[in-house]
Amino acid sequence: MWPQQFDYQRADSIAGALAAIGADGKFLAGGHSLLPAMKLRLSTPDQLVDISRIDALRGIANGNGSLSIGGAATHADIAASAAVGAACPALAQACGMVGDQAVRNFGTLGGNIAHADPASDPPSVLVAVGASVTIASADGERTVGAEDFFVDLFETALDDGELITSINVPDLSDHQMAYVKLPHPASRYAIVGVCVALMMDGDTCGHAHVGVGGATVKAVKCAGAEAALAGSSLDDAALSAAVAALSDDIGEWLTGDVAYPEAYRSAMAGVFLKRAISAAKG
Amino acid sequence: MHVSMTINGEAVSREVEARTLLVHFIREDLDLTGTKIGCDTSQCGACTIHVNGKIAKACTLLAAQADGADITTIEGLAENGEHHPMQTAFWENHGLQCGYCTPGMIMASAAFVRDNPGASEGDIRHYLEGNICRCTGYHNIVKAVKQVADAAAGGA
Repeated sequence: MWPQQFDYQRADSIAGALAAIGADGKFLAGGHSLLPAMKLRLSTPDQLVDISRIDALRGIANGNGSLSIGGAATHADIAASAAVGAACPALAQACGMVGDQAVRNFGTLGGNIAHADPASDPPSVLVAVGASVTIASADGERTVGAEDFFVDLFETALDDGELITSINVPDLSDHQMAYVKLPHPASRYAIVGVCVALMMDGDTCGHAHVGVGGATVKAVKCAGAEAALAGSSLDDAALSAAVAALSDDIGEWLTGDVAYPEAYRSAMAGVFLKRAISAAKG
Repeated sequence: MHVSMTINGEAVSREVEARTLLVHFIREDLDLTGTKIGCDTSQCGACTIHVNGKIAKACTLLAAQADGADITTIEGLAENGEHHPMQTAFWENHGLQCGYCTPGMIMASAAFVRDNPGASEGDIRHYLEGNICRCTGYHNIVKAVKQVADAAAGGA
């Protein structure tokens, strides 16, 4: 399958990319979400501006209590990054579950979240931990919280001509965390994906971060489940309360299909919440 | 537009449409038809090649994205007339049935063992998740890769 005709330009700086992008243009990083969409004519830009070789978009750095991950950093680089593994290991886990090694070698976190596939893995982690997205355009720069970035099915807060320059992830190295998923048996996309980060004080959970994807049209931060876990010893009663709250948290966003209907995904989200907590505790 | 790259040690340069996929460039412009097109959706791995030493699915990259890259396809894996050890192992273990997935399997496996000598069978099976054999001949494929991984680690 060939995409439709378009003009191709390669940018060597963020400023150059922003100057080059046209009204119906799209930025191309790894292309592993965009090109398949273009081959199916689901996306028909008349211009691609290749940002994959802009060094300022590829780095991963930890400073001032926050990880800064360049918009064009690949899933493989993030999965293998010692800085990510220390500050937010669940994000390294999630990026390591995207596609397969060949896909991870080229697919980028910025491209992943711009595409906003509901069954993708990293968004659940980003909303759980309260990450933010820095976006540049010809008009300047703005930063959007991950919860506000993901708007709906394949829909984000990005406007035309805007470029994701970095994904900013709080350093949660003092938390215990995990991302676990129920993969579709054929595609390996998440039927349900759950990220949990726990701040433990002895046997008591000081606070918890919970994010769910796959089961929902967009990644959802689950405040009810977080509240049910906070202050508990993560005993069976607290887990049951958290599962019940989680069902309410994701209720309005649930999605389903013939094979995996909404009720099934909702039930599995509860199961995988408990598995994520178990995995986080080690 | 103009693209230039090194393929199997040879510099190539061609005029192409911007929308030309790397797999079409390799197969149709360069007549290197060992790289296969299977699903065309980056799931099956039949088009797996090496781009700057990393495995890539050539159906999901533009030729333009590989401009300046160093590319190896199945045709470039043998050196000095000698099969790559992974090719030999697939031969010895009959790691194929119809053979359509084989170039991609070998390219992915060669890169994996290069980076992970001594890999376990479980590691190999997990890594090959992006390469699909519709004859379901995985058993001998994994045996072949394990043989090379063991040899690379100085083992059996």
